[in-house]
Amino acid sequence: MTETASIKILAEGLEKRYRSARGGEQVALTGVDLAVPAGELVCLVGPSGCGKTTLIKLMAGFETPTGGVLTIDGRPVAEPDPDHIMIFQDYGLFPWRTVFGNVLFGLEARGVPSDEAKARAQEALQLVGLCAAAYKHPHEISGGMKQRVAIARALAVEPSLLFMDEPFGALDAFTRMRLQDELLSLWQGKGSTIVFVTHDLDEAIALGQRVVLMAANPGRIQRIIDIDMPYPRERTDGDFAAYRHELFAEFHLLHEG
Amino acid sequence: MRRGLVHRLGMATLPVWILVLFGGVWGLIAQFYPPDQFPGPAAMARALIEVAMDGRLWTNTWISLVRFAGGYLLAVAVAVPLGLLLGRFGVLGRLFDPLIQVMRPISPIAWFPLAVLWFGIGNAPAIYIIYLAAFFPVLLTTIGAVRGIPEVYLKVAANFGADPRMTFLRVIVPAAFPGIMVGLHIAVGTAWIHLVAGEMLGAQSGLGYMIVDARNFLRTDLIMAGMLVIGLLGLAIYRGMRVLERAVGRYWGLGQ
Repeated sequence: MTETASIKILAEGLEKRYRSARGGEQVALTGVDLAVPAGELVCLVGPSGCGKTTLIKLMAGFETPTGGVLTIDGRPVAEPDPDHIMIFQDYGLFPWRTVFGNVLFGLEARGVPSDEAKARAQEALQLVGLCAAAYKHPHEISGGMKQRVAIARALAVEPSLLFMDEPFGALDAFTRMRLQDELLSLWQGKGSTIVFVTHDLDEAIALGQRVVLMAANPGRIQRIIDIDMPYPRERTDGDFAAYRHELFAEFHLLHEG
Repeated sequence: MRRGLVHRLGMATLPVWILVLFGGVWGLIAQFYPPDQFPGPAAMARALIEVAMDGRLWTNTWISLVRFAGGYLLAVAVAVPLGLLLGRFGVLGRLFDPLIQVMRPISPIAWFPLAVLWFGIGNAPAIYIIYLAAFFPVLLTTIGAVRGIPEVYLKVAANFGADPRMTFLRVIVPAAFPGIMVGLHIAVGTAWIHLVAGEMLGAQSGLGYMIVDARNFLRTDLIMAGMLVIGLLGLAIYRGMRVLERAVGRYWGLGQ
């Protein structure tokens, strides 16, 4: 296998401009060069306005770039792809469907025969530990459970690539850390590529093999840091603190004067 | 304990007291007027029993309900699909918007002369008026419901590769449904209000006709009896609709 063959996502000189209603132009993202190898868990982190959400939307095919190159598996990204599933912060669950029905949705869209779809949905629910809640509606379960359902819905269609746009941002700190750990074990079991957007530096260090630091005005990549720590990472570890210090320094969040 | 029970009984019967008070004051005032100008509750009750006994009440109520159901369901059957289309396809929505905005403020009552001209006398003009009264509330709430669907639902559908048919039937329709239900509820009210007006328009039957007929014979007591029946039936339909709305809400997993 050559070096390029294992590249999952490739961005070169990627740029996104928005035209505002008044005719002005805003540069959301400029000069982004990034290569994500297959199977990597990479975190995009930065303050609001740094273009991290724009970047993940471009990768997921919800937006089209205004410049540069963006390919996944060597093909230019043109539209959303059922093999590349996005997980949203507000879950995107259908309130009129049960938990089970929500997990079935992607399989139905793909035309998977009913019996097989049910078995796969059941399996996916098992992975996130939600079998007991299968026949509840989304409004009856907690935020953490909702996000597990969204993850199960994605896993059911066995995507090679997962995009997660601040998926745990609306959850309390305890639930967030538990879901981070669950996500890591799912990722280690499945081996899919994950692009994870967050503004939480600790979350980025806990999850990412690499952390892509982004800066605003205009949105761009500032630095890419390899997190060289084995999983599961102890959040109270000395190494963890060192990476934390490095990231804080990079974002000028240290009070050293 | 006794005091608590009395209190609870008082609270439970509170709505009845205002009716008793209303009836009392009404009866008192009626004493000062000739009965064919301002009859009291007792005269109205006698008139009600009279039409109930000779069967006029039941035939007319039945005819009114059938007309109401016809006009209302016809409006729903046209307005919901049309609203889904106009809400879903922005171009169509923009195209039809001026027409809807001009037609909407026209009271169904203003359509009376045309309704009679086109449909003659009988069931058709009454049904047409009810249809018009229900049509715009349902159409506008349906359009609004579709436009108000959270973007994330459509993104999820697109992401999982749902085709346009599946997106429309399995995402847009159910997502808009609670909003449409609100429109159906509002439309029941406006359509029922226009039922009587529609039936006063040359119809030879129905509750509206019963009132017109009573007026022609100076049966003021019977006019009031007809009004009461219309009020009670309207209330019953409205309540029934609310029960239906809640049941749908539960089925849709909207809770509460």
